[in-house]
Amino acid sequence: MLRFSRPKIIATVGIILIGLLLAVPSTMTREQRQAFRNAIPSWVPSWIVPSRAIVLGLDLQGGSHVLLEVDAQDLMRTQVTTLRDDVRRILRDTRVSSQNGIQTVQRGVQIRVPDAADRERLLPRLRELSQPTGNAVLGQAGGNSIEINTTPDGVITLAYTEIGVNERVRRAVDQSIEVIRRRIDSTGTTEPSIQRQGADRVLVQVPGLQDPQQLKALLGETGNLEFRLLAQQGATDVDMLPMQDAGGQRVPVERRIIAEGGDLTDAQPAFDSQTRQPIVNFRFNIRGAQRFGQATTENLGRQLAIVLDNQVISAPTIQSPITGGSGQISGNFTVEQVNNLAVLLRSGALPAKLTIVEERTVGPGLGRDSIEAGKMATYVAAIFVVIFMFATYGVFGLIANIALLVHVGLIFGLMSALEATLTLPGIAGIVLTIGTAVDSNVLIYERIREEVHAGRSIVSGIQAGFDRAFATIVDSNSTMAIAAVILFFLGSGPVRGFAVVFILGILTTVITAVTLTRMMIALWYQWMRPKVLPF
Amino acid sequence: MRLVRLWPENSHFDFMRFRRFSFPLSALVSVATAIMLLTIGLNFGIDFKGGTLMEIQAKSGQANVAQIRQTAESFGFGDVEVQEFGTAGEVSLRFPIQAGGESAQTAVVQKARDTFSNEYDFRRVETVGPRVSGELVQSGTIGIVLSVIAVLFYLWFRFERELAVASIIGTLHDIVLTIGFFVITRHEFNMTSIAAILTIVGYSLNETVVVFDRTRELMRRYKTMPAEELLNLSINTTMSRTIMTATTTALSLLALVLFGGQAIQGFAQVMLYGVVICTYSAICISSPMLIYIGLRGSESVKVSEGRAAAAE
Repeated sequence: MLRFSRPKIIATVGIILIGLLLAVPSTMTREQRQAFRNAIPSWVPSWIVPSRAIVLGLDLQGGSHVLLEVDAQDLMRTQVTTLRDDVRRILRDTRVSSQNGIQTVQRGVQIRVPDAADRERLLPRLRELSQPTGNAVLGQAGGNSIEINTTPDGVITLAYTEIGVNERVRRAVDQSIEVIRRRIDSTGTTEPSIQRQGADRVLVQVPGLQDPQQLKALLGETGNLEFRLLAQQGATDVDMLPMQDAGGQRVPVERRIIAEGGDLTDAQPAFDSQTRQPIVNFRFNIRGAQRFGQATTENLGRQLAIVLDNQVISAPTIQSPITGGSGQISGNFTVEQVNNLAVLLRSGALPAKLTIVEERTVGPGLGRDSIEAGKMATYVAAIFVVIFMFATYGVFGLIANIALLVHVGLIFGLMSALEATLTLPGIAGIVLTIGTAVDSNVLIYERIREEVHAGRSIVSGIQAGFDRAFATIVDSNSTMAIAAVILFFLGSGPVRGFAVVFILGILTTVITAVTLTRMMIALWYQWMRPKVLPF
Repeated sequence: MRLVRLWPENSHFDFMRFRRFSFPLSALVSVATAIMLLTIGLNFGIDFKGGTLMEIQAKSGQANVAQIRQTAESFGFGDVEVQEFGTAGEVSLRFPIQAGGESAQTAVVQKARDTFSNEYDFRRVETVGPRVSGELVQSGTIGIVLSVIAVLFYLWFRFERELAVASIIGTLHDIVLTIGFFVITRHEFNMTSIAAILTIVGYSLNETVVVFDRTRELMRRYKTMPAEELLNLSINTTMSRTIMTATTTALSLLALVLFGGQAIQGFAQVMLYGVVICTYSAICISSPMLIYIGLRGSESVKVSEGRAAAAE
C-alpha cells in the first residue's frame, strides 16, 4: 500500500535532518566554528553538537606535499659500520684476532678466525649482536636480524637478514618522523601533517606553504654532527673527507669521535662579535662537555674537524682548552644556513638520508580559483538538472529535485562527520553525482509510467514501480560502487578524494532516491488524490 | 503544462539491426586504437612518466611565452613543453625526467624558481621521481584490470553467465575506445585519467545492467520469444530511462567542462565522451552480442529459469 506511517515519516525526516546538520560546521570558517562552540550553553553535552568539518585538500587550500623515502642503502651503510665497530670491540674484549682484519661484504662483515678454541669464545658474544625481530607480544612472526655463518676453515660472516633490513627500515621511518616533526616545529610552521606511507616512506604535508625550498633544505640533510680531530701525518685510522668551500679537496680526519650531535643540549644561530659572520652557538651536555674538555686540553694547537654529514664544515685550531661546555661553529655561512644548521642540531640526526621522491605544491591563488570554479560548476550543474527534471516529470520532477538537494547535503554531512578530505577531483565527483543521482528516480518514474500504461491504477502502478525498479537500482549502484572502491584503494591524494565522494554518493542515493522519494510521493498522493499520472 | 519527452512511448525500434554497422565499426575503431596506441602512444603526464610540471602566472597578466620557452630551453634540462592557457597570462611548463635518480629532479624546480619568480607567480609545482611514477603506472594498471575482474564476478553472481560475458565485452569496448580518445586528442594521461576510466567502467556497466535486468525479466515472462525480438523489446522499454540519465549526466559534465576550471576540464571532457560511448555500447554492442553468445544459454540454465519463474 502507498502509505507511510507517522513513526516512519518522523524517522526518515529525523535521519535526514541529522545528516544535514552534520554538514553545518563545514559551512563555517574556523573562527566561526570556535565561536559557535563557545556559544553553546555548557549543559548541552558536547557530543550532540556537530563540530567536525570537511578538510580541504592541499590542491584546494594551497600548500606543499613532499614524499620522502628512507635511503635504504645509506641506512645499511651506517648499520654495517656500526656492526663493524661492534665486532671490533668484541674481538678486542675476547682477545681474538682476525687474520685479515674485518672485511665488509654484502649487508655485513667477514672475519677469519682459524683457531677453533678462539671461535668457541667468540661466537656466543657475536650471537648477542643479533636481536630477535618482530613483536612477540602481538605474536608476529620474527626471526633474527643478523645471520651468522661459519665455514670449517674459520671464516665467520655476519650479515643482516631480509627481516633484519626491513626491521631497520621500519624503525628508521619511525625515527625520521620524530626528527622531521621536531625540525618542522622549530621553524614555527603550523599544522604540518607527517605520516608514514608504505614500508619506507614519509609523507609531509604543509598547508599554506608556498615555496618548499626551506623545508626541503631542512629535510635533505641527515644532520649528523661529529667533533673529530684532523689527522696528523702518518696516522693510520683516518677517513678522507671533503672539506667545505675547498673545491672538492679532501682532508684526513681521525676516525675517533670526540663528541657528537647527540651530546648537544642547545644550538642557536648568532653573529660572531668580531667578524660579524653568522655562526651557531652550542652547549654540550655533561658527558659531551667532559669529553670535549679533555680532548681540547690534550690536543692544544691541533686542528679540530667539525664534520656534518661526512663533510668537514669547519676546522678551527684549538687555541685553549674548552672546558665550559659551550662553543661555536663558524664557517662561510649565510644567515639562512646557520638558521637551518641550528635547527638540525637541536632536533637531532636522521637515522638515514631521506630522498624526495615526489613533490607537489599548489599556490593559494590556484586553490582559491579551483574552489570558485568548483562552486560555479556545482551550481550550474544543479540548475541544469533541476530544470530538466522538472520539465520532464512535473511534480514528480520537483520531488526528485528535493531528493537531489538532500542527497548533496547528505554527502557533505557524511564527509564532515568522517572529517574526509575534499579535493578538486572530489568536487568533480560531487558535480558528476548530481547527474547520476537522479538515475534512481528516473528508473522508478519510468517504471511507474510503464505500469500505469499497462493498465494499473495510479496507486498500484506507483507501488509496482518502486518494487520492480529496486532490484535494478541495487544492481546498477553496486557495479558503480565496485569501481569506486577499487579506485579508493589504489588512488592516492586527490583521486582518493574523488572515490570517497563517489562511494558516499552511492550510499546516500539509496536513502534519498528510494526512501525519501517514496515518502514524498505517498504524502503527495494522500493530499492530491490524482486520477491520472502527472507525467 | 506540456512536459518534455525525449523518447516516444511504446517505441518498436529495431535496434538489433544496427549490429550490421556497429560491430564492424567498433571492431575497426578498436583495432585502429590498438595500432595507434602501439605506434603513437599515449601522452603520459608526469604522474606516469616522471618529470616536473609547473604552472606559472604573469604578475602583469601578460605572459611572454616565446621568452619563457627560450629561457627554459637554455637551462639544459631537455625538451621543455611550454603552453599558454586561460586568459590571465597562465603558462604551463613541463620538463622531462632528469637522469640521475630521485634527487636530480629538485634542480629543475630550483632553477626555474630562481629565474622566473620575479615576474611570475608559481601556482603549481609538481615533481614526480622515477620510482613513484613507476609505481603509479603499476597501480593504475592493476586498478583497471582488478575492476574488470571484480565486476565480472559480481555480474556472474547476479546474472547468467551469458549476460555477464556480454556486459564485460561492452565494458572492454568502452575502455578501449576511451583510450583511443586519449591517443587521438593527445589529452594528458595521468592519475585523474585512471579515475575517469574507472568511472566510465562503472557507468558502462550501469547502462548494460539496466537493460539486462529488463532482458532477464522479459526472458521469464516470454519464454518462447526469439532472442532478437526479446532484446529489442528490452532496449525499447528502457530507452526512455537511458536517454534521461545520459542527458542529466551529460548536463552536469557540461557544467564541469564550461566552469570547472582548467584542472578538471580534461576529466570532464573524457567523461562526457564516455557517457556517449557507454550508451552506444550498451545498445549496439552488449545487447546484440547476446544473439551470438546465445541468450538462453545451456539447458541447465533454462531449467532453473523455469523453476524460478514457476516459484514466482
